[in-house]
Amino acid sequence: MSLSGSLLTRPPAVRQRAQGGWLLVSLAALVAALVLSLAVGSRALNPAEVLDVLLGSGTAEARAIVLDLRLGRTVAAMIAGAGLAVAGAVIQGHTRNPLADPGLLGVTSGAAVAVVLAIFLLGITNPVGYLWFCLLGAALGTILVTAVGLAGARRRDASPASLVLAGAAINALLGAVTGVLLLLDSATLDVYRFWTVGSLAGGQESAVLVVTAPLVLAGILLAVAHAPALDSLALGDDAAKSLGRNPLRARLTGLTAVTLLVGAAVASAGSLGFVGLVAPHVMRRVTGPAHRWLLPQCALAGAVFVLIADVLGRLVVHPAELPVGVVLGIVGAPAFVLIVVRYKKTRGARR
Amino acid sequence: MSPATGSVPAIRVLGLSARLRPRHLIVIGVGSVLAALVAVISAGVGDYQMSPARVVAVLLGHGTPMEHLVISTIRLPRVLLGLVVGAALGVSGAIVQATARNALASPDLLGVTAGASVGAVLVLVVGGSGAAASGLLRSVGVPVAALIGGTVAAGLVLLLLRRTGADGLRPLLVGIGVSAFLSGIVSWLMVVATIDDAARANIWLTGTLNGRSWPEVWSATAALAVIAVPLVVLAPRLLTLRLGTDVARGLGLATGPTQAMLLMAAVVLAGATTAVAGPIGFVALVVPHLARLATGSAGPPLAASAVIGALLLVCADLFARTAFAPIQIPTGAVTAFVGAPFLIWLLIRNRQGVLR
Repeated sequence: MSLSGSLLTRPPAVRQRAQGGWLLVSLAALVAALVLSLAVGSRALNPAEVLDVLLGSGTAEARAIVLDLRLGRTVAAMIAGAGLAVAGAVIQGHTRNPLADPGLLGVTSGAAVAVVLAIFLLGITNPVGYLWFCLLGAALGTILVTAVGLAGARRRDASPASLVLAGAAINALLGAVTGVLLLLDSATLDVYRFWTVGSLAGGQESAVLVVTAPLVLAGILLAVAHAPALDSLALGDDAAKSLGRNPLRARLTGLTAVTLLVGAAVASAGSLGFVGLVAPHVMRRVTGPAHRWLLPQCALAGAVFVLIADVLGRLVVHPAELPVGVVLGIVGAPAFVLIVVRYKKTRGARR
Repeated sequence: MSPATGSVPAIRVLGLSARLRPRHLIVIGVGSVLAALVAVISAGVGDYQMSPARVVAVLLGHGTPMEHLVISTIRLPRVLLGLVVGAALGVSGAIVQATARNALASPDLLGVTAGASVGAVLVLVVGGSGAAASGLLRSVGVPVAALIGGTVAAGLVLLLLRRTGADGLRPLLVGIGVSAFLSGIVSWLMVVATIDDAARANIWLTGTLNGRSWPEVWSATAALAVIAVPLVVLAPRLLTLRLGTDVARGLGLATGPTQAMLLMAAVVLAGATTAVAGPIGFVALVVPHLARLATGSAGPPLAASAVIGALLLVCADLFARTAFAPIQIPTGAVTAFVGAPFLIWLLIRNRQGVLR
């Protein structure tokens, strides 16, 4: 039974206070993960030194390590994690599919391949230039996913798995495209790998992060703004219409939000998977299905996940480094399998 | 299941009987001819161009030593490997689809190729310089490790499937999850490997027939031959299994052991092909459907799948070598270009929610 189960029987004021409490817990977890991310690495610092640097003082060496090396990747991890987690929750709400995730459905791959094609065909080298292609790829991917998801939802016995399988096919196709491009232009191998595997090691240029952070914030605000519509969409389009919502407008808002979120996330950290799947599932146990609490919690939880994954990647093969996309795959895939295996039990005899 | 009037054409010899299905035989015959044709054309294509007639002449013994060298050491093994790998993948996919009674099942979607990749990369990385191109470790160790890895991965997926059941699309999701996990492990191994080992592993991972030679051809053919013998015996039981486990049991078939043996055969075939040619995806998914459409049968036919698989892969290899000449793209990339849209089309077209 979920934690929210006991909360849902309490009066609304108590529920709001409880959810507010949980938000504070998540915020504290985020701060802890942030400090951890700044402290861990080939030259480990202790939290006191990190706090000193953040507050303005601290040794020159510590300042160099924290500010030049680790701050960029930490901020990028937070942006990517928050963006992908909220995007995942929004896609899950719109397609009524609990297995939806921007990585699994091929949206992040679409954004990454758009950038790779831009580099290869148009020779774009400006990081802000990449961003437009990221957004374009994310938009195309989201439109495709929504179309397939809606086509599936209209069939009476549609399975959520079709969407994921279509996403797997798209991922395979885009992987083949990237593979071929790699062969045709092997000079920029590392650049391609960054976009398609997802890594924070490149030393994110602050020019990119300065642009992507507001985009992710805008996406989160947009998503939270249409949270009530998202709640009613869970009942089906007809029920939502009878409750006075406009499903089409809600879908367009959701589409815009997901495009902004995924585009900015991929531009910050490359293509990461499973964050958008696992974070909403975990947070739903705390907040229940109400999106106005779920979405902010997802943002915080997603940031924490990616930060922890990055820290793990730095620890397990010390002093080398596992790309964060690989760690998320190794940890997230079993979580995905667990969700799939247990899904039938909670839905009863539907199948 | 023939009607009592005996109007179904059949061969009866010494107490054994088999149904004659003309359309099957036509498909197999035409497919074989086409495959041989494309193979001959493919053997003539490359840096040292030869016309198909010239290729046939060389094969029959009348050719310059240079042509002999090119054909017998470079082109012929590659083309033969394409035929054998295509046939093995086609049969493997047909077995899995028929046993799981799931139109979208295939060994690569069920984690066999990912598991084989883990096994092979593990040997390449841990073996170090001992796994160099000419070592015993490379020619025996890597394929065996890939086979073991594929079997372990398939076992893991099947264990998980006990909880979800084999129907529907959920087994495929489990397979995708397991494949993603194993791909993460492969990436991990590549990160901790030395540059040389990582480069070797990368070459292996590209799913291509490029650079393969006679040892690979022999091991793939051996795997196919070894599996083909019990498969001839098991094939009628495959037909019975398609009626559903309850009916099959009612007809006296031991469903558990039969399914296990069939899946084992499929896994060995898929693992062996991945072991020699790297991960080539989507062939095992697409070919049984094409074979079924061509022969008009109710379930995926085994022999026709083998022939059409060989044809498909040899065509894909030819395309991979010539499309972006002089660069050779991986054969796996070509099959992904064809297979991924096919999978999406299957998903969209599927009205009953999952099965054929």
